[in-house]
Amino acid sequence: MYRSHVLVCGGTGCTSSGSQAIIDTFEAEIEKNGLKDEVAVVRTGCHGLCALGPIVLIYPEGSFYSMVKVEDVPEIVSEHLLKGRVVTRLLYQETVKEEEVIPLVETGFYKKQKRVALRNCGVINPENIDEYIAVDGYQALAKVLTEMTPEQVIDTLLAAGLRGRGGAGFPTGQKWKLARTLVPDADQKYVCCNADEGDPGAFMDRSVLEGDPHVVLEAMAIAGYTIGANQGYIYVRAEYPIAIQRLQIAIDQARAYGLLGKDIFGTGFDFDIDLRFGAGAFVCGEETALMTSIEGNRGEPRPRPPFPAVKGLFAKPTVLNNVETYANIPRIILNGAEWFASMGTEKSKGTKVFALGGKINNTGLVEVPMGTTLREVIEDIGGGIPNGKKFKAAQTGGPSGGCIPAEHFDIPIDYDNLISIGSMMGSGGLIVMDEDNCMVDIAKFFLEFTVDESCGKCTPCRIGTKRLYETLDKITKGQGTLEDLDKLEELCYYIKANSLCGLGQTAPNPVLSTLRYFKDEYVAHVVEKRCPAGVCKSLLNFSIDKEKCIGCGMCAKQCPAGAISKTDYIAPGKKLPAMAIDSSKCVKCGACMATCKFSAISKK
Amino acid sequence: MSSKKTTVPFAGTKEQEEALKKIIAENKDQKGALMPVMQKAQDIYGYLPIEVQTMIADGMGIPLEKVYGVSTFYSQFALNPKGKYQISVCLGTACYVKGSGDVYAKIEEILGIKGGECTPDGKFSLDACRCVGACGLAPVMMINDEVYGRLKPDDVKGILDQFN
Repeated sequence: MYRSHVLVCGGTGCTSSGSQAIIDTFEAEIEKNGLKDEVAVVRTGCHGLCALGPIVLIYPEGSFYSMVKVEDVPEIVSEHLLKGRVVTRLLYQETVKEEEVIPLVETGFYKKQKRVALRNCGVINPENIDEYIAVDGYQALAKVLTEMTPEQVIDTLLAAGLRGRGGAGFPTGQKWKLARTLVPDADQKYVCCNADEGDPGAFMDRSVLEGDPHVVLEAMAIAGYTIGANQGYIYVRAEYPIAIQRLQIAIDQARAYGLLGKDIFGTGFDFDIDLRFGAGAFVCGEETALMTSIEGNRGEPRPRPPFPAVKGLFAKPTVLNNVETYANIPRIILNGAEWFASMGTEKSKGTKVFALGGKINNTGLVEVPMGTTLREVIEDIGGGIPNGKKFKAAQTGGPSGGCIPAEHFDIPIDYDNLISIGSMMGSGGLIVMDEDNCMVDIAKFFLEFTVDESCGKCTPCRIGTKRLYETLDKITKGQGTLEDLDKLEELCYYIKANSLCGLGQTAPNPVLSTLRYFKDEYVAHVVEKRCPAGVCKSLLNFSIDKEKCIGCGMCAKQCPAGAISKTDYIAPGKKLPAMAIDSSKCVKCGACMATCKFSAISKK
Repeated sequence: MSSKKTTVPFAGTKEQEEALKKIIAENKDQKGALMPVMQKAQDIYGYLPIEVQTMIADGMGIPLEKVYGVSTFYSQFALNPKGKYQISVCLGTACYVKGSGDVYAKIEEILGIKGGECTPDGKFSLDACRCVGACGLAPVMMINDEVYGRLKPDDVKGILDQFN
């Protein structure tokens, strides 16, 4: 028995901030102070507050240390662990109120969260199956195998109202039912897990895989029993080395415990799982493309029908769910459908994990009940926008989604509401943008992505997205016309209607949603040849306010183009002549503005 | 994704070839083994020149055109050798809105190469990547397996100098 546990986050965010060195130092210091038999150091998965990493949590007190440095560790060990005095100075300051330390769950970031899919992340050691079992792990599988029929599992999921967390929101129970019933005499079926989290800015699935890998294995085995499959594949991005490593450890441990393999729990049910690695193709997140890729081919989608429930992987009936969907399932089996359905909105039950990123104070991972408003997520949990800037838009659904403007700040987030305002749930990336982000530039950014990632199989997507990109590029360079805006919109609808797979059908969404809510910005680019956010370089004009300029000449020294020179004018109260920029020579790099200490240079 | 044929002559060793043959023998009879074999081949050689693709095609009894089709489809398969230090700058959304495009441009400027290229001395290669999942530290870049976060364009030179 240990009297204290030191939990150090080993998620990707904290690992990148150096948490491995923190773990090593803790172990060395604990050894040095003779506490080795009393204090255990545990590397956990993600706590969610990635912006403040590396994060260290010490139990039983529940003290939450943030942005811990190696130099801080000896003090924490000697004060907190040895003498029992919490080092208040190093705590996450939100947990310190008027000298009192308050529980983490009462801080702004955690108060409105409800962790279901992430419940074990940051709590257990993901590389130890015993810790997963200690928090009721594999009990749901045992219950399903020994007490439930496949039909009861399907009915439970249907009653719970669980919908696919990968983005489209298809009812999971329905999907399983189709895979179980449509081809009754199939000799082989498969269960797949989509862990090819390709949306830039999204890392929900990664955190589940890194923090709680067994939950995915358990849920896949439940799916195997339900549809009648004995083989599963997890298709995980090669860009996620930590997730891959922990999944492999988890699979090996589960096999050693007899929780994967032959005759699980002595029920005669066989199920095993293999890993397959993606190789950097966004389109492989689309279900048919993913299966084509597992088969060892170019990951191109194929037309549906036939749906995977009839003809999926290796042409056999297949169920494919996303990581977060699986992470909900064992809990639903154990706690019951009613418990799950009590959370969320009428048509979207349960919780949703979001990866908060961009211009927001608390970047990180949050899980909230469906129906939480955007305002609550951004202001209460996310802590608002840094540097006192103004919120402009939130982007959800990655390259398939859209931008939500401030006027929809109070809309409850669920599948149907987001679609009604021209975005989509997507897998859960939520990127916040402020007044310094240009919406035309953002639309162009996403189209550049889809042009790059379009697999090329169907023409509307291959050529259409390219034309969209070219038009947007023209607009950001100040060469667009009002007619281009109409053409842009028309082409968007054409691509949506005619593309083969989800990638092409949703690729125009970033353009359509920005056209819908930020048309004035497009018009400013086209008519006034001006970028209101000051992003599009071709449209920028740098100028020096001759009344503020003291004539120090620093800007001229920094200018790589030799575009700045002295004028004849000396402002009242100044000693030297003011400087001026020759706009025909200016390359718009902004170096002058960055160097001026007197705020005399502006861009517009 | 680059389908250009490399100009660097192929210099595989006997040991590498043995290792590849072993991988092929182990995986040959599995369903959908082509991609795992190619991924392991890239681990062995660092990239997948046409010589290696031919060995895979012959060893697995798969037409070379299919191997080439797969290697050019996925961005992680490299047909050109990479630099000793592989720089990848995240141009995912979260990093982009926080200015990773400027960081990328700065590296291109300092190294004098474009994305997808390698410096003539074989030291640095530069690529843009999509989200390494460290969005909390945006903007980020990776040099080999090391993540550098909260970057500003002015930080770049100091970081690159560490490798000189």
